[in-house]
Amino acid sequence: MTMDDIRYGIHELIGEYAERIDEDRLEEWPDLFAEQCKYVVISRANHEAGMRQGIIYCASRGMLLDRVFAIRRANLFEPHRYRHVIGPIRVKSIAGGVALVHSHFMVARIMQEGPTTLFATGRYIDRIDVSGPDYRFRERLVVLDSEKIDTLLAIPL
Amino acid sequence: MSQTVSAAETSVSWPSNGVSEVPFRLYTDQAQYAREQERLFKGPTWNYLCLAIEIPNPGDFVSTTVGETEILVVRDAGGVVNAFVNRCVHRGNLLCLERKGNVKEFSCIYHGWIYNHAGHLTGVAFEHGVQRQGGMAPEFRKEDHALQPLRVEEMGGLIFGTFSGSIPSLETWLGPDVTRGLKRVMNRTPVILGRSTQTIPNNWKLYFENVKDTYHASILHLFLTTFRINKLTMPGGIYINADGGNHYTYAKLDYASEDKEYKDAGLRSESEFRLQDNSVVESVDEYGDGISVQILTVFPGMVLQQVRNTIAIRVVRPRGVDKTDLEWIHLGFDTDDEAMTERRLRQGNLIGAAGYIAMEDGFIGGFVQRALHYNDEGAGIVMMGGHEAESQNFRASEAAIRGFWKHYRALMGE
Repeated sequence: MTMDDIRYGIHELIGEYAERIDEDRLEEWPDLFAEQCKYVVISRANHEAGMRQGIIYCASRGMLLDRVFAIRRANLFEPHRYRHVIGPIRVKSIAGGVALVHSHFMVARIMQEGPTTLFATGRYIDRIDVSGPDYRFRERLVVLDSEKIDTLLAIPL
Repeated sequence: MSQTVSAAETSVSWPSNGVSEVPFRLYTDQAQYAREQERLFKGPTWNYLCLAIEIPNPGDFVSTTVGETEILVVRDAGGVVNAFVNRCVHRGNLLCLERKGNVKEFSCIYHGWIYNHAGHLTGVAFEHGVQRQGGMAPEFRKEDHALQPLRVEEMGGLIFGTFSGSIPSLETWLGPDVTRGLKRVMNRTPVILGRSTQTIPNNWKLYFENVKDTYHASILHLFLTTFRINKLTMPGGIYINADGGNHYTYAKLDYASEDKEYKDAGLRSESEFRLQDNSVVESVDEYGDGISVQILTVFPGMVLQQVRNTIAIRVVRPRGVDKTDLEWIHLGFDTDDEAMTERRLRQGNLIGAAGYIAMEDGFIGGFVQRALHYNDEGAGIVMMGGHEAESQNFRASEAAIRGFWKHYRALMGE
């Protein structure tokens, strides 16, 4: 494996992640994570202050599956979809089969009735398992630039 | 905002002297919103300001709001907490722009006027002129000027302030039940695990009523019933203070039998659903009294919640007649070990903007607001459990909402 191969695999994983959410294939979203994983959505202010409580705090793939179940069957909200635009993807380091990757995102929210707004911006801080043929997130930290969420956060970012 | 009402127009009219029929115009009327700022938030009420642990040292300050009004809270050299309006007496500029920090004194960036930790004016740039020319008028005295102060009290590590000079002490005003409920939850030194703000598209009262509404919980929040987390059949009750505006509701859970259920079969729902990872609800009886849910409100805009092991303060901040900022402050305690912290973080998924049992509360007020748009005649019906605003030993009731309106009408003079 060359560095370019690894980079390509990482790009594919991050692209696939956005596609599964934006195309409403949420049931396939947890499959992009390792069994032992972490997925946290947190504001920059909390993250920089060393506070750990996420707006979403999942510490296992089971918790991701429960999120999807709740979105589909248990929680109510006005129907909407996202469009992720992922900015520069930087591989910061690779050690022990795990790559530390930073990338930027902007997410538009498209309500059922049509209104489209810029819903969230921020960056992903990822720890990606690149040791096997299928790359998987060990950890995806979604650091939101703003502390404010408009109305609610149902679909994962 | 729907209708524009001139300031001269009288208050929204109520259909009766009671509190079980609530005019819809109260949620849409711009003049009513302005009166609420004066009579409720700046009136005889105790408003949450901050946690004592946020300002442990002399000179530590935080800036916050009471209603729409900008407030500074600072600890002085003697350890006393002072609060005042964050507005320079000179030209009305926002005195302090930072959200938190430590200062020797507050200095206005506009013309350099300086205030001490008590809010007294101690310095005026060029007070005596420049090269003996100009200077303040001879009758001007710094001692005559200070930032507008609030009275401050602390309970359970929470700091409250009021604009009122005549309101009774915080404990008397809360009443014995709500005081007991507050001290029950805040029985240790808190630590902040995180904070976030939800901007919700509705009048602030719609959210505050929702918090006091024990009727909707098991109907709107499918997650609760799907996973049998909070049912109205659980033993519990509602305490409402004499004024009506402060309250708490609680429910008890058989922690031991639930724990056994998890171990035996996983947390099954009424239907075929079950959680893949129960840790989002696995909880311990940290207060030793079996109470798994306690929701407490302090009129007009603060909530203290215990839902299992999630402890949080919610602050309802009006930001216009049809917009509200809802701040969530997630708490742990300094006695927590790592397992307890992790438990709180995981259960944190239940609440907040993405909360399994809070998500619906974020949009439901917006739907009401939308339905009232240019269609706000008439009154809503708040008669579940009768017409009164008394404490009750059951929870399928709107008594606490009626309590809110009882206090509201008294202070608004309606």
